Amino acid sequence: MRISRRLAATAVAAGMLVSAAACGGDDGDGDGGAGGDGALKGVTVEVAAKWTGPEETNFRKVLAAFEKKTGAKVNYASTGENTDAYLGPRLSAGNPPDVAILPQPGLLQQYAAQNKLKPLDAAAVKEVDANFAPYWKELASADGKTYGVLAKAAYKSIFWYRTAALEDAGVQPPASWADLVKAAGTLQDSGTTPFALAAGPQDSWTLTDWFENVYLSQAGPENYDKLAKHELKWTDPTVAKALTTLAEIWGKGGFLNGGVSGATKTKFDASVTDVFGQEKAAMVYGGDFAAANIATTKAKVGTDAKVFAWPLTGDTKPALLGGDIAVALKDGKGAQELMKFLASPEAGTVWAGLGGYLSPNKNVKPDAYSDPVAKELAAQIQQAGDAARYDMSDLAPSAFGGTPGKGMWEALRAFVSNPTDVKGTQARLEKDAAAAYK
Amino acid sequence: MSAPQDEAPQDEAPQATTGGPAAAVATGTADGGGHGGGENDVKDDGGKGGGLAPPVWLAVVFLLPALLLLGFLVVYPIVYSVIRSFFDADGAFTGADNYVGIFQGEARLTAVRNTLVWIVVAPTVVTILGLVFAVLTERIRWATVFKLVVFMPMAISLLASGVIFRLVYEQDPDKGVANAAMVALHDTFAGGGASYPGAAPRQGQGVPVRSEGGAVVGAAPVEPGRTALLPLLRVRPEQLPEKPTPAAQPPAAGPRAITGTVWFDFTRGGGGAPNAVDATESGLPGVKVEAVRDGEVAGSATTGDDGTFRITGLSAGQYTLRIPADTFTAAYGGAEWLGGTLITPAIIGSYLWVWAGFAMVLIAAGLAAIPRDALEAARVDGATEWQVFRRVTIPLLAPVLTVVLLTLVINVMKVFDLVFVIGGGDPKASVLALEMWTESFGGGQNQGAGSAIAVLLFVLVLPAMYINIRRLRQERK
Repeated sequence: MRISRRLAATAVAAGMLVSAAACGGDDGDGDGGAGGDGALKGVTVEVAAKWTGPEETNFRKVLAAFEKKTGAKVNYASTGENTDAYLGPRLSAGNPPDVAILPQPGLLQQYAAQNKLKPLDAAAVKEVDANFAPYWKELASADGKTYGVLAKAAYKSIFWYRTAALEDAGVQPPASWADLVKAAGTLQDSGTTPFALAAGPQDSWTLTDWFENVYLSQAGPENYDKLAKHELKWTDPTVAKALTTLAEIWGKGGFLNGGVSGATKTKFDASVTDVFGQEKAAMVYGGDFAAANIATTKAKVGTDAKVFAWPLTGDTKPALLGGDIAVALKDGKGAQELMKFLASPEAGTVWAGLGGYLSPNKNVKPDAYSDPVAKELAAQIQQAGDAARYDMSDLAPSAFGGTPGKGMWEALRAFVSNPTDVKGTQARLEKDAAAAYK
Repeated sequence: MSAPQDEAPQDEAPQATTGGPAAAVATGTADGGGHGGGENDVKDDGGKGGGLAPPVWLAVVFLLPALLLLGFLVVYPIVYSVIRSFFDADGAFTGADNYVGIFQGEARLTAVRNTLVWIVVAPTVVTILGLVFAVLTERIRWATVFKLVVFMPMAISLLASGVIFRLVYEQDPDKGVANAAMVALHDTFAGGGASYPGAAPRQGQGVPVRSEGGAVVGAAPVEPGRTALLPLLRVRPEQLPEKPTPAAQPPAAGPRAITGTVWFDFTRGGGGAPNAVDATESGLPGVKVEAVRDGEVAGSATTGDDGTFRITGLSAGQYTLRIPADTFTAAYGGAEWLGGTLITPAIIGSYLWVWAGFAMVLIAAGLAAIPRDALEAARVDGATEWQVFRRVTIPLLAPVLTVVLLTLVINVMKVFDLVFVIGGGDPKASVLALEMWTESFGGGQNQGAGSAIAVLLFVLVLPAMYINIRRLRQERK
């Protein structure tokens, strides 16, 4: 949700001309080349996604590639920000789009439980098996059936930093957490506040991402999965260890721009512009989508603003992803073919070349990305391999993982204000989780 | 992630809350209608065969569309909310659990407490402000202009007002006007503050200076004729002079003098030797250095552009060099408007800004309707202006004041937009109307608990409605 807005915010007069041009010709070529698969001539497929602006333009180009390959005609419908509010009534009326892109795995589970999804056919499942780590397949499955394809990812295991600030302090991008703490100390000595932290109540999701990265690296993917399903209690010692680790940075008021009282009122947008616009701090956490915020300042992504991978707090190299999952809502050859196409490296490669895109597909080569930062991030995702995980707070019930002022958001925000209270924070997290998971 | 969420509550919550007062009005008028019908019946009985009043069936036919609409849009939602409030999120019957739940848990209790604070404080202060403005504008020229300006915020949507006041209350004095004003005031009376706030000595062993109660003191005592190095770190770039002068080695100290250097011991790009004056490191000008013996300041000096200082006129003995604490104390940053204690008063402040004009206009209208001769008579009888105001104006205005106060009480109970936008979801600012939305749609997905809060708000609104209706009836008589 937030990702698309960030990107959309930078949209400059995106036209729909591209799609109009793409829908028309080229059928002949596609049929000739694709042979048996080209048998979709005359089939119309409707796709619904929340994307608008440049994201929509790029997606339409991917769809055009599908049209060219198969001869089908694809119509794009925009769902608006609230996907469920758009799809819900259409599903009830028995008139859903053939394929929809869901912004949360939770929605997939919800629809699957209501029997509203069509499972992938054997060919599409084969494509998924060939291109995705088992974790992503499982994420898009329910009751042993595979329903979805993770079409587009957001990468959340990075810090953005102001190149000049680190150079002035003579600091190298750190590889381990200890190095990060040390680098922060050196930055502070040099007169630059090390971090801008977005701990305002409306944007405390950044805190959950901090926690998830630290926890994934420290406790490993297995514990991460258990905690995400609440099979592991939040009172577990691994959680205590992660919180203690976080306190090494959150607990030092001098490390945070505006001190603790400033940080706990900072919005995400402001935290990014504090670093790259006002130059009040050196580093900020934000996924790849923060590039859109940086674009609102004078700083240039890739030169003035760079990224480094989330420093290791344990043995696992953390790779945390969010992302959008494509599902089929109607039977029919067209829908299944499109799902198979979206799972293929072919679609990912086209998309990667257009920019503003990351793929969890392991067969989309980093070289396919046109933007150097995306290339670096794609390489990081591929290195992480099977250890990559979906954002825990987005997997949790929204009362726990997605509500300002409640659950994980507020518990971690309170922890920023009171970073010595590890036990109390754990108790609070467990209490809220117990109420939300049920 | 703000725009769509900002819109959603506007659609949902006010609807649900306005259900309360609107419904009460409906029941009120329905009662009146029923009553009137009764009288008609009596008349019918009295004047048998008169036939002036329409037959009952015709009256029912005419009333039917209105009754259907009211029933469908007002009565049904209320009844359904009440029923829904006895079931949990999944639709299982839970008795009164949802109602008990309103008063359980820290977050909910905060919301209840804040709502009470709102109900008590906001309407009273707005009414008093409105009264003051109304009375004052009666006596000034340009009264219309003044009224227009005070009334203007009413033309701005509450959501936009919330966004404006979020900026007003911004913590950073460079961004938030409230803190900018406080800092300006503070600095006018208490002096401009420190020259190097936040600067500190290096941590660890074997450093030549250390921190002591906010001040920085030399680690080893110095005798006259010797030199001392006082390195500092964490000096922010904006605290350095525009063109910093490189730090110099301390000049030779004559007899009865101590010389030294205070400098920013950090080489840009790293690599400088710690605790030694490197060529590219900058001196810190304007730092006061004191030589202390037995707790008494024996002499002091201020550093030059290159950071060097010379303290003269010292007799023989051991001195500790000290940079006083006021060099380092952090600048005054204003109040923490959106912190735990001030957040509700701060939001009430924005509410005053919006609604003071409303109260003023209504009260001014009431004021204009007061018979002048009553005031004149009081003045002729020798009453002071205060007495006239207190004993004549206020009693005559009482009905208007009651209407304004009650309207505001009802309004305050459903206050949502301001809290949602300015508080940004901070549980310390929460009120019942916001909690109702969060529980039902904003993440909680528990419409049972949300309905219980809605019903509670409805019940709270009823007394205000009752007083209003009774007063209206009395006036009619």
